Amino acid sequence: MIRVIIPAHLRTLARVEGEVRVEVEGVATQRAVLDALEERYPMLRGTIRDHVTQKRRPFVRFFACERDLSHEAPDARLPDAVIAGTEPFLIVGAIAGG
Amino acid sequence: MSSVRVLVGTRKGAFVLRSDGKREKWDVSGPHFSGWELYHVKGSPADPNRVYASQCSEWFGQVIQRSDDGGKTWYQPGTPPGEVTAGPGSLPKAASNKFIYDVSAETGAPLTTHQFYDGNQHPWEFKRVWHLEPSLSDPDTVYAGVEDAALFRSTDGGKNWHELAGVRGHGTGPQWQPGAGGMCLHTITLDPSDPQRMFIAISAAGAFRTDDGGKSWKPINRGLRSQYIPDPNAEVGHCVHHVAMHPARPNVLFMQKHWDVMRSDNAGEEWREISGNLPTDFGFVIDVHAHEPETIYVVPIKSDGEHFVHEGKLRVYRSRSGGNEWEALTKGLPQENCYVNVLRDAMAVDSLEKCGVYFGTTGGQVYASADAGDSWAPIVRDLPAVLSVEVQTLA
Repeated sequence: MIRVIIPAHLRTLARVEGEVRVEVEGVATQRAVLDALEERYPMLRGTIRDHVTQKRRPFVRFFACERDLSHEAPDARLPDAVIAGTEPFLIVGAIAGG
Repeated sequence: MSSVRVLVGTRKGAFVLRSDGKREKWDVSGPHFSGWELYHVKGSPADPNRVYASQCSEWFGQVIQRSDDGGKTWYQPGTPPGEVTAGPGSLPKAASNKFIYDVSAETGAPLTTHQFYDGNQHPWEFKRVWHLEPSLSDPDTVYAGVEDAALFRSTDGGKNWHELAGVRGHGTGPQWQPGAGGMCLHTITLDPSDPQRMFIAISAAGAFRTDDGGKSWKPINRGLRSQYIPDPNAEVGHCVHHVAMHPARPNVLFMQKHWDVMRSDNAGEEWREISGNLPTDFGFVIDVHAHEPETIYVVPIKSDGEHFVHEGKLRVYRSRSGGNEWEALTKGLPQENCYVNVLRDAMAVDSLEKCGVYFGTTGGQVYASADAGDSWAPIVRDLPAVLSVEVQTLA
C-alpha cells in the first residue's frame, strides 16, 4: 500500500479525510501511483495532471522523504520508504499566486 | 407565492441567495466549493432544480459541478453523490472536466493556433470554463464557453463535453487574440424562437452567430469601431464584453463593448452606437428588463486602465428608449469613495411582475432592486469578489 497525502481542496473533491492508500501493481512509480489514485477517485482526473498530456499541472508538486520529486521522470521508481509505506507520497499545491 | 434564487459565483466560492417575491429578506447559503473560483453558476430554464457551476483553480484546473435540488447539494456529473469509486464495469467517470479541442478532419477544424500577444501563433490551450448556458428546453443539454476560446456542448447533463468546432473552424480563428482577461468565449445567448440560432462573443475576437444549431458560424461585427484596430471595417478583433437579448425580441441585441454600448436590430448584421449621454461608455455588463424590451441597464466603468466606477459613485444607468438616453440610478447605492468593478456576467434580472435587477461587484457586494432599478439594497456586502450573478424566478 502506498500512502498518499493530497491537498485539502482535492480531499474535498474526493470526499475523503486524511491520507489515502492505494495499491500499486508492479514497480511503484509516480505514474503508477497517480493512475491508481485516479482509478480509486475518478473525480480527481484532470486536477493533478492534464487529461491528455498526463503532465503534472504547473502549480502541483510532488514530494516524499523530504525530497522534491516534481521533476523526476513519471516512470522512475519511488523511494523505498514510500514503497514500504513508512513515508507518504505528498501531492502539494504550490505556494503561488498570493 | 413566487420566489427568487440568486446564484452568485465569486473568486472563492459560490453562494445561493433565496427570497420570496417581496425580495426584502434573504437567506444566504455558502460558500459552496470554498476556496475555488466560481466563474459561473446558472440554472436550467427547463428544470429550475438543475443548476450547473464552473469551478476552477490555477492549481487544480477545471471542475464541473451540478445540483439537482436547486443548489442545496452538488456533485460532479458522472459521479453520483456518495459514490467515490468506479466499480467494475461501471461507466467511465470524471470526464465532466475533460474539454478536448476537436481537431478532426471530419469537422473541418484542424485549427491548432491563434495569434498571441507577441504577434506569433500560439497553440490553443484549455484553461477554464467562463460561461455555462443551459438549454432552454432540455435540462441535460448545456453549452460551455471556454478559454482558450471555444464552444462545447454536453447532452448528458455535463458528464461529457464535445466541441462545436465550427466556431474555431469558420476561418478567422488565427486572427483572434487574447484580451487582458485571456482569450475567452464568455457570452452564449440562445434564441428562444429558433433552436438553431445562437449568439456568442469572444474577447478579443467579436460576436458570432449560428443559424444551423452550431455547425457553422459567421462573425457579426459590422458597425463596431475599435480604435486599436487599424482597419475600421475589421471583421474580427473586437473586444466584445457582453451581449444581451430580450427573449421576446430575439433580433434585437444589445452589446457592451470594451468601449461603446451598441445595438443591433437585425440579429447582429449591423450595429449602431447607443452610448448617448453615458458618462463613460466603457463597461462590462449589459442587461434587458424582463418585461420592457427597450429598457436596458449598464454600469459605466471609468476606463480600460481604471477598472472601477466613474467618480467614485456606483451608478446603474437605465435607458427606457433602447439606448442613447440614459438615467443614473443611485438610490441605495454608494455615491462616494466607491471603486469597485462589475464584471461581465455579474448582472441579471428576474421575471416577477415588478422586474428585479441584481448585480455583484468586485468588492463583494450583491445589490438587488425590486423596482426595476429605482432603488437598491445590498443582499450581502462582504463576499469575495463577485464574478457572476444569475437569477431564477421560481413559481
